[in-house]
Amino acid sequence: MSSTAVSSTVGGGGSGEPSSGVRRTSKRPKYSKFTQQELPACKPILTPRWVILTFLVAGVVFIPLGVICLFASQGVVEIVDRYDTDCIPPSSRNNMVAYIQGEREKICNRTITVTKAMKRPVYVYYQLENFYQNHRRYVKSRNDAQLRNPRDEHDVKTCAPEDNVGGEPIVPCGLVAWSLFNDTYTFSRNSQQLPVNKKGISWKSDRENKFGKNVFPKNFQTGAPIGGGKLDTNKSLSEQEDLIVWMRTAALPTFRKLYGKIETDLNAGDTIVVMLKNNYNTYSFNGQKKLVLSTTSWLGGRNDFLGIAYLTVGSICLFLAVTFAVLYLVKPRQLGDPSYLSWNRSAGGLQ
Amino acid sequence: YVRTTKYTLATFLPKSLFEQFRRVANFYFLVTGILAFTPLAPYTASSAIVPLLFVIGATMVKEGVEDLRRQKQDNEVNNRKVKVHRGDGNFDLKEWKTLSIGDIVKVEKNEFFPADLVLLGSSYEDAICYVETMNLDGETNLKVKQGLEVTSSLRDEFNFKGFEAFVKCEDPNANLYSFVGTMELRGAKYPLSPQQLLLRDSKLRNTDFIFGAVIFTGHDTKVIQNSTDPPSKRSMIEKKMDKIIYLMFFMVVAMAFIGSVIFGVTTRQDLKDGVMKRWYLRPDSSRIFFDPKRAPVAAVYHFLTAIMLYSYFIPISLYVSIEIVKVLQSIFINQDIHMYYEEADKPARARTSNLNEELGQVDTILSDKTGTLTCNSMEFIKCSIAGTAYGRGVTEVEMAMGRRKGSSLVFQTNENDDMEFSKEAITEESTVKGFNFRDERIMKGNWVTEMNANMIQKFFRLLAVCHTVIPEVDEDTEKITYEAESPDEAAFVIAARELGFEFFNRTQTTIAVRELDLVTGKRVERLYKILNVLEFNSTRKRMSVIVQDEDGKLLLFCKGADNVMFERLSKNGREFEEETRDHVHEYADAGLRTLILAYRELDEKEYKVFNEKISEAKSSVSVDRESLIEEVTEKVEKDLTLLGATAVEDKLQNGVPDCIDKLAQAGIKIWVLTGDKMETAINIGFACSLLRQDMKQIIINLETPEILSLEKTGEKDAITKVSKENVLAQIINGKTQLKYSGGNSDAFALIIDGKSLAYALDDDVKHIFLELAVSCASVICCRSSPKQKALVTRLVKSGNGKTTLAIGDGANDVGMLQEADIGVGISGVEGMQAVMSSDIAIAQFRYLERLLLVHGHWCYRRISTMICYFFYKNITFVFTLFLYETYTTFSSTPAYNDWFLSLYNVFFSSLPVIALGVFDQDVSARYCLKFPLLYQEGVQNVLFSWRRILGWMFNGFYSAIIVFYLCKSSLQSQAFNHDGKTAGREILGGTMYTCIVWVVNLQMALAISYFTLIQHIVIWSSIVVWYFFITVYGELPANISTGAYKVFVEALAPSLSYWLITLFVVVTTLMPYFIYSALQMSFFPMYHGMIQWLRYEGQCNDPEYCDMVRQRSIRPTTVGFTARLEAKKRSVRRSEPES
Repeated sequence: MSSTAVSSTVGGGGSGEPSSGVRRTSKRPKYSKFTQQELPACKPILTPRWVILTFLVAGVVFIPLGVICLFASQGVVEIVDRYDTDCIPPSSRNNMVAYIQGEREKICNRTITVTKAMKRPVYVYYQLENFYQNHRRYVKSRNDAQLRNPRDEHDVKTCAPEDNVGGEPIVPCGLVAWSLFNDTYTFSRNSQQLPVNKKGISWKSDRENKFGKNVFPKNFQTGAPIGGGKLDTNKSLSEQEDLIVWMRTAALPTFRKLYGKIETDLNAGDTIVVMLKNNYNTYSFNGQKKLVLSTTSWLGGRNDFLGIAYLTVGSICLFLAVTFAVLYLVKPRQLGDPSYLSWNRSAGGLQ
Repeated sequence: YVRTTKYTLATFLPKSLFEQFRRVANFYFLVTGILAFTPLAPYTASSAIVPLLFVIGATMVKEGVEDLRRQKQDNEVNNRKVKVHRGDGNFDLKEWKTLSIGDIVKVEKNEFFPADLVLLGSSYEDAICYVETMNLDGETNLKVKQGLEVTSSLRDEFNFKGFEAFVKCEDPNANLYSFVGTMELRGAKYPLSPQQLLLRDSKLRNTDFIFGAVIFTGHDTKVIQNSTDPPSKRSMIEKKMDKIIYLMFFMVVAMAFIGSVIFGVTTRQDLKDGVMKRWYLRPDSSRIFFDPKRAPVAAVYHFLTAIMLYSYFIPISLYVSIEIVKVLQSIFINQDIHMYYEEADKPARARTSNLNEELGQVDTILSDKTGTLTCNSMEFIKCSIAGTAYGRGVTEVEMAMGRRKGSSLVFQTNENDDMEFSKEAITEESTVKGFNFRDERIMKGNWVTEMNANMIQKFFRLLAVCHTVIPEVDEDTEKITYEAESPDEAAFVIAARELGFEFFNRTQTTIAVRELDLVTGKRVERLYKILNVLEFNSTRKRMSVIVQDEDGKLLLFCKGADNVMFERLSKNGREFEEETRDHVHEYADAGLRTLILAYRELDEKEYKVFNEKISEAKSSVSVDRESLIEEVTEKVEKDLTLLGATAVEDKLQNGVPDCIDKLAQAGIKIWVLTGDKMETAINIGFACSLLRQDMKQIIINLETPEILSLEKTGEKDAITKVSKENVLAQIINGKTQLKYSGGNSDAFALIIDGKSLAYALDDDVKHIFLELAVSCASVICCRSSPKQKALVTRLVKSGNGKTTLAIGDGANDVGMLQEADIGVGISGVEGMQAVMSSDIAIAQFRYLERLLLVHGHWCYRRISTMICYFFYKNITFVFTLFLYETYTTFSSTPAYNDWFLSLYNVFFSSLPVIALGVFDQDVSARYCLKFPLLYQEGVQNVLFSWRRILGWMFNGFYSAIIVFYLCKSSLQSQAFNHDGKTAGREILGGTMYTCIVWVVNLQMALAISYFTLIQHIVIWSSIVVWYFFITVYGELPANISTGAYKVFVEALAPSLSYWLITLFVVVTTLMPYFIYSALQMSFFPMYHGMIQWLRYEGQCNDPEYCDMVRQRSIRPTTVGFTARLEAKKRSVRRSEPES
């Protein structure tokens, strides 16, 4: 701008009155780096060095991470046993729904062989598939206030149609509680009972703050139709951990929920007999039921996905680093060749 | 009372609310907000309505503040005071707004008329007064108005005691030049004509005071009738943004529709013949929303729900963010110290902030001349006397060219020495207005020693005598100021004074001059007796006076345009013709206004004959009086002896040629629309380097003999018809000329005058006209009325579809300013009318360069990137919701907590994008100016092309897909942590949300190239705020935080897999973009990318390299002095082989 500064002294005569003296408030903008938009800034651009370096770093970090994750996942021993069809007597298989809705006891024995030693605690899950716990009607059909506080037991407006029985409020109300999972498992190894610990299977915050210690089930599963499991009316909700686990709705239609923990090590080759009561109806909607025994690693359960994904992306990064290096060597950037500019390509007819 | 505000106190609320909800997006949000109160809503109502209220409120406050500012300005005008007759001959000060029709007002010298007045009497006996109508038509010369004879006796305040008259006139209308009415005074009727009409916003000059009767006030005045309502302008980007929003709507509807169909189907299947499928949903006893028996209806309801859920697709905060950003941007514009005009103490002022980004897309600039390009002052700068050129003052153009030559290795002309002198000239102080003449050879009385002292004496004597200027002597200082009809006359007189010929008094018959006596060397007073004044008019193009000096010698002094003067020289008066012609040519090319001076001695006899004839001619009352006079004068104005030529610079504002050159280099076309004469306009065209000698000028006018003769006969229809045909023929002719030159580097210039323009703008002709105009390098419209200016602007705007910027300073530019996409007002010396109706006001034309190339470019870049980014981030966000829906049989369960949903746009992603909009710069201001071509990014709209927009949208979609599927696959049914707990809805939601916050913010970091501390703060803090929020929100009692209760503290944070997933997902999601931009930057850089490389590699200090980047990319510029130098080079090269 120095040029204009010079010329303004020349033209100074043009604007008449001299600008001396008495100007009281100048409107001159204050100079600061901020207002002049000249703040110090780093202006990174993607130079070849940076690009290659970034890919290298990403690759170098990701590949070990992938290996670690994969190891962790591989270290987890997981036994999955699908029993929904198998637990229906062959005679009833053409009408499984009728069977499951029947009144008599539906006991079913399963045998599981432990393939690899499992360190305690061994977590017991039930896995349901094609069960939409995340359906909006389902998710909303509960009342948290009522679960927390006995004074709010009449607050059942969001729970329809499982809101009341003959005018009396249901506690816990709503479809979620009503459809409580009620298959039960008892494990034995060598005809010796394996106790299942059901304490601490729910999140602590749920137990302590969401489900009241002095809220007891009322009128639960008394009206028709009956959905899932029943509750012990003498136990407060905060102790009903199965319910608490169930009521943390799953994100996806295939989900596992913690059933309990077996606090003993299981050895490779052990045969475990599971006596299960097959009560829960997944047959109406073609859902599967699975029993899962699993240990955990620091990363959680068994899922190779993360490890493999890390490895894949890591290798892609390394590959890209090499590719870019080669590209830069083979075809160095043309110095400011404007023929790439879009408007130069089409500007032929403009002038 | 004149009101220009949009709202009043009463209408503000309803009207601004209406304005708000006229925006589709806002209306949409209102509807979804209302729907959120119904059970349809997938989330709580408050989380939907609070952001909307916030957004609407913020915008309304902004509107209110802007309107208040406008009201303040109105008040200032409305509360100006004027003296009004109160009765009994007493006058009191009253505010303008209280004036009513029939009031008698007294307006004093240099005051504006407060309303349209009928002139009654003035300080002059014959009730004449001088009026400057600059604000109306931009003409600077004074106009004479004269009151009726019957009222001319009203010269004192007490005269009005008991004065009574009855005025009858036409209804208020917008026609400035016509007025019909009658005045009934004491029973007699007198016709009123425009001659008696004083218009509001014109100014009283050279007259001590006038009395006038108010006939139109406020909105009825002609000026205000002429002004149209301030149109609310919207920028192209904003219009395009609306289209994007429609596209988004479409996508929302499509997504919702797909969802609804699938939802309907699955819902219907839930209950078949009384058998429940998904029994846990109790389909047998369901409300309508989920009722399998009425599945189609449920699907329709679901559609509404889904639309609500996906409403985050359309960024609610987009408008408000853009508003905020624009306001901040305009603060930056206002604060720019490089656009602050020291002398007038005026910074740039963006009056509306709506159009900032439009500044970066200007394709054509339509500029007023007077007061805009020029500072409306004439400077005597050069002269050629007796074949010798004097004057070393340097014009702006020459200075600019000189600078340019100095900086690049270009052919040098012999003007080199001029350059050296220019420096001297700069150091010397030039204090005299209208005089910029430097030549020690003839200054300070040195002319006496010059060879042609005699001629020089005559030359300046002529300047001192041959004019119609009135001197005014300041009693205290004895300084003389001159009141001239036109500024160039004043410049001549001043020049004469400065060189020792001081004209100090004029009576009816004499002119008194103090001058230096050639023999004695003393200053003597000489009295010249004026015998005749042969006035200037546009056909004669010359003016003469016949005087008798003290020795009794009769002299005829004549000055005039070169084409009429040279043919009138006597045989022995042509001594210096050759040289003078050369000089005149040179001057004209530099944009100077030239006049030829010549004189003749008359002998007594000849004069007597002439005098008789002229008196006879003058007293004749026949129709051909004019031609009679002409005939007579023709006879005496011949056999002249050439004295020399003068060159007056219509002083360009500082830096105008520079600025025009830069703008031209940036590929912006510049049209000049002026009310001035064609010659003046062409001169200025030369001065600004918009025209140069080797350009082919296509001149369209109607001054052909046939039309002139037709005009005399006065048949309107015939004239119209012939004129139109004529214009059309000329246009077509011009086009064929263009065609034949075919791509040749010869540039064309189109010059058209107002009369022809009127026909050229007819509906059937205008497109051809536009085609012609667009293919010319420069276009100059002269003698154009305000209306025509506006029409031309509209033509360019609509015909081209490109952005136009109009710049002007007077009230005559108002129409143009309002019509153009952007109106820039020059807050010059005169009036505020233009500024008031402009969108941005700057103090000097040259600031336009910075305004466009720097601020315009930045704002354009910022806003367009910002909008793209906005849609990107919302698509990324919402599309994960949609993908999640596919796993919930489209039951519209949101994947995230209610407040996560509604605060996404407010907290976790809004600040960085605002920072981007306010602070981002691709290259610094210095580089913007150094590489003007960068501006083309805006003109070609490369940063906001559909390709780029869709590219960003695509980026959003795949980011969402990557985030969702990676999260989903990583968080399957297996245990989520060491404790064996599995991942529920909250955990998947929380993890995905975290990934999105990271991705979106880091994407921002990748996309911008300018990291100040502020950028760092906002980007990182947005991420931190998210963690902070989820922690704090989780700590709130469970009845408030619902699903998010302690999710972070208890579940997410302690789990390593959460962090590992975040890292992995974020890096993977950003990778495609990173690869893309690395490839682009390295192998296909955009123009700003190349400049960034330049800067990075430090090659900008290597001028050759810079030039290469610059030159190779510049399309041949056709105007501006760079082009001029190029042309000069070419012509020299061409002529070299010959010699």
